[in-house]
Amino acid sequence: MNSLAAALPLSYFSEFPQKFYESFIEKNRYKYIVNGLGNTLMITFFAIIIGIVLGTIIALVKTGHANNPNKLRISNAICTVYLTVIRGTPIVVQLMIMWYIVFQSPNLDRILAAILAFGINSGAYVAEIIRSGIQSVDKGQTEAGRSLGLSQHDTMVKIVFPQALKNVLPAIGNEFIALVKETSVAGYIAIPDLTKGGDTIRSITYDPFTPLIAVAAIYLLIVMGLTTLLGKLERRLHRSDYR
Amino acid sequence: MITVKNLHKTFHTLGGDLDVLKGIDQNIEKGEKVVIVGPSGSGKSTFLRCLNLLEQPTEGEIWFEGEQTNAPDCNTNLLRQKMGMVFQHFNLFPHLTVLQNITLAPVTLKLKTPQEAEQAAVQLLERVGLADKAEAYPVQLSGGQKQRIAIVRALAMNPDVLLFDEPTSALDPEMVGEVLQVMKELAADGMTMVVVTHEMGFAREVATRVLFMDDGQVLEEAEPQEFFEHPKNPRLQDFLSKVL
Repeated sequence: MNSLAAALPLSYFSEFPQKFYESFIEKNRYKYIVNGLGNTLMITFFAIIIGIVLGTIIALVKTGHANNPNKLRISNAICTVYLTVIRGTPIVVQLMIMWYIVFQSPNLDRILAAILAFGINSGAYVAEIIRSGIQSVDKGQTEAGRSLGLSQHDTMVKIVFPQALKNVLPAIGNEFIALVKETSVAGYIAIPDLTKGGDTIRSITYDPFTPLIAVAAIYLLIVMGLTTLLGKLERRLHRSDYR
Repeated sequence: MITVKNLHKTFHTLGGDLDVLKGIDQNIEKGEKVVIVGPSGSGKSTFLRCLNLLEQPTEGEIWFEGEQTNAPDCNTNLLRQKMGMVFQHFNLFPHLTVLQNITLAPVTLKLKTPQEAEQAAVQLLERVGLADKAEAYPVQLSGGQKQRIAIVRALAMNPDVLLFDEPTSALDPEMVGEVLQVMKELAADGMTMVVVTHEMGFAREVATRVLFMDDGQVLEEAEPQEFFEHPKNPRLQDFLSKVL
């Protein structure tokens, strides 16, 4: 309690208008936050799309191989290596490798490097989530589809996958929420994202409280918005469960 | 129509190999209603599932409409379009409405346009008395209704044969009748049927031939009258004394 009082004296509240002015209004410093928020949202949005596409492909390859070990041998091996490496190394290291090694030529965009790094990272987690969803669908569903003469592909696309997606939506939502917050390490490759924006203001004004709490509040709002959106989608997908 | 020669099926389990079918020879003609009875674990369901290759036979031959179905070059999907199956646990698609359940396969396989498929589905639904359930989801139906929809779903492919794998075993007793009624009407219309069941009344009334399976073999086959009145095999006599 004492240390908190020392870090944040009561006088802060009386000085708040002044601090707020210094942090955000003076010299248009709010632009650090607004531009940073734009970068954070852009990286997150495209990384989520890459993650879904990549994760779905990998999950389908892995389940296809598991159902028939003679098929997709090489693709399955590649997927296994990918999952192992991506899940076994820190995202910050992957991000720096992407920018400093893969994107080494000077005219490339940092944001693009971040989108790829976060997308490829998220794909590994999404893949395992979707794979568990596919496994959770009763085997009788596949048998019913195949017994009608549908191919393995049609059975997967029209019968198993929609049910799998419904089952894993909460877990997928979790992954996206984690991804939004993970992008806060983008500053490691000098991307002015939301976190970096707050940090920049702190280093100019020497007031850490105002910009960092503002940044935290903005992340919280993004996540709450995402949660609401996912909740709506979930209710839509669960229409068929109501008696 | 269906010819089975020396059919063997072995499951490789952790506890060792399990010989479920030990050489079955059968010939099922068009229009026949074959009912298969026998104790649990006798291989009845496995035999049925071998017919449409949900299980791959270990040994032997299965011929359907002049083609060997378990030959490597046989188009399994085409075979299954002509050989409908009804499952013990219905296996309706829970994320689709009743109408979508029925039209999914014919439309996806481009056998019918969506309009044609819907028309056919509504007609079939009327036939089983469930036309008012077209827009319902499976979860809103009783077991008996689900199984009647499952039968309609199989019928929507205009199959030449229908396989029934214990279609009434998962139903409440009061719902068994409505499903058997639909099956009896199908039989009267001339559908070729192979039915695994414990409903001896149905076997007696509808079957043209009853098979008794035990321990992976067909131990006795006869017309229902003969089968139930004068069983010859001692194991069948024992079985009937328990279930009748």
